[in-house]
Amino acid sequence: MNKKEFLSELQKALSGLPQDSIADRLNFYAEMIDDRMEDGLSEADAVRSLGTVENISRQVLEDLPLASIVRGTVAGRKKPGAGTVLLLCLGAPLWLPLLIAAAAVVISLYISLWSIVIALWAVFASFAGTAFGGIAGGGVLLVLGHVPTGIALIGAALVCAGLSVFAFYGCKAATRGVIRLFTLAIGAIKKRLIKREGAK
Amino acid sequence: MDIQLKRGLLDVCVLAAISGEDSYGYQIIKDMKPYIELSESTLYTILKRLEGANMLTVRTAEHGGRLRKYYRITDGGHRRLADFKEEWKEVMSIYRFVTREDGGK
Repeated sequence: MNKKEFLSELQKALSGLPQDSIADRLNFYAEMIDDRMEDGLSEADAVRSLGTVENISRQVLEDLPLASIVRGTVAGRKKPGAGTVLLLCLGAPLWLPLLIAAAAVVISLYISLWSIVIALWAVFASFAGTAFGGIAGGGVLLVLGHVPTGIALIGAALVCAGLSVFAFYGCKAATRGVIRLFTLAIGAIKKRLIKREGAK
Repeated sequence: MDIQLKRGLLDVCVLAAISGEDSYGYQIIKDMKPYIELSESTLYTILKRLEGANMLTVRTAEHGGRLRKYYRITDGGHRRLADFKEEWKEVMSIYRFVTREDGGK
């Protein structure tokens, strides 16, 4: 691949980004190729040493926040014509409720996943709380002379302490899992946005 | 190496690479190569981040009939390097403590 082909492929792969950002990056890579050629590499070797376009665009994507990709995607589109605007207005009773419903589904999924996590942590907190309360209460009962009740209460508190340790690890794993899930989802959305724009 | 650690180190390495005299992308990569591997896209991101944090400035100059971007460290960048050296004195003393136990295994 020569320099021109490389840059035009890279431009295509990055076409989901804002225009000025694409131009800036292309200049950067062009300078890198020129400097390598000045250093004695052939054009093909200079291009090859930068890695594949696919790798570069993936790395660029991972470094970017989702918001700037969306902005670039929207800014990169052609202005809609009068016909499209008219259709959009007439279709509003149809697509607006659908859009709101879709947003509601996404938001409620997000909230419900976090609610599960919060509920799990509440279970952990109640086990831990019961453990401390039970030991303190049991101690008081022992001092007051209610020995069997006190021992039973302390025993129950120790069981709760044990359960809270288990619950802690469970909660930690669940929180991590949910965060990973959202990271993956955002990654998938980024990839789709860039791919769709690139395919045009 | 841990990604967060490497990221912080790369920022400092790029600053160190331009701390003597102004440098350009390919020269920075060449200077760092014996010590730490760095891809072009990573360098681009780091340069943008350092520029945004006012640790370096960029100027475009003509070189051999084409344009080349030169990067110059700012006072803020120098301060970052000085802070890094101070921090790592501490890290090195911790390292000596950690490796003392295992007898240099």
